Amino acid sequence: MNRRNFIKNSMLFAGSLVAIPSLIVSKKAYAAWPKKSFDIKDLTESVSSVYGHSNLEESSKVKLKAPEIAENGAIVPINVSTTLDNVESIMIFVENNPQPLSSGYQLTSLSEPSIGTRLKMGKTSNVMAAVKSGDKVYTSTQEVKVTIGGCGG
Amino acid sequence: MSTIKMRSKESNGVVTVKALIKHPMETGQRKDKKTGDLIPAHYIQEVHSKANGKDVITIYWGPAVSKNPYLTFKYKGNKGDNLEISWVDNQGNRDSKTSAVK
Repeated sequence: MNRRNFIKNSMLFAGSLVAIPSLIVSKKAYAAWPKKSFDIKDLTESVSSVYGHSNLEESSKVKLKAPEIAENGAIVPINVSTTLDNVESIMIFVENNPQPLSSGYQLTSLSEPSIGTRLKMGKTSNVMAAVKSGDKVYTSTQEVKVTIGGCGG
Repeated sequence: MSTIKMRSKESNGVVTVKALIKHPMETGQRKDKKTGDLIPAHYIQEVHSKANGKDVITIYWGPAVSKNPYLTFKYKGNKGDNLEISWVDNQGNRDSKTSAVK
């Protein structure tokens, strides 16, 4: 089975799961993992699959900390924090990666809107942090130059 | 041995959590240099954290997160909180660790 077929089949499988939700045990941790959003290869489509729309608003209240030049694309440190209230989630998109959605952080009333991680980047790209607060999505974007890619062998 | 190394510290009612997880985070796009075969995707999809049994954060990761992933987050908490971090990957492996906040 080649990869394309595999993806197609597994998406069909995911689709059938959605069609019969009564069969899903909600406690199953990986049932909630948004496979569809992680598979999309286009930034705008990826954004609309996460939020249901693509109305983003650039905001200085979203603080994205990323290096201007990443010497090693396999380890690019990214930190996102915000002074916005009622933050529901933080998402990090890397425009030129094979799949732009890199990671998502679902917050609760206990958590402070401040997260950090390390990402792989195949080549120089814009990195966008998106913060969902209320019904709106606020973003901050920065370009990270990659000298050695992190996706090759 | 747990795959999770974590450190947490409270200051002014906010706990800063830092964690390192040992995991290959294979994207499924790399080829084995000797055989030329694709190395199957193997990456953590979900990380979950609870403090004293209450949900703190749920994290969804794709294959773009670095090998042996690093993670930091903050929450409103106290010294001595029972902080649990757990993960599950795309092959169904899982691990968790609980420690007290310092």
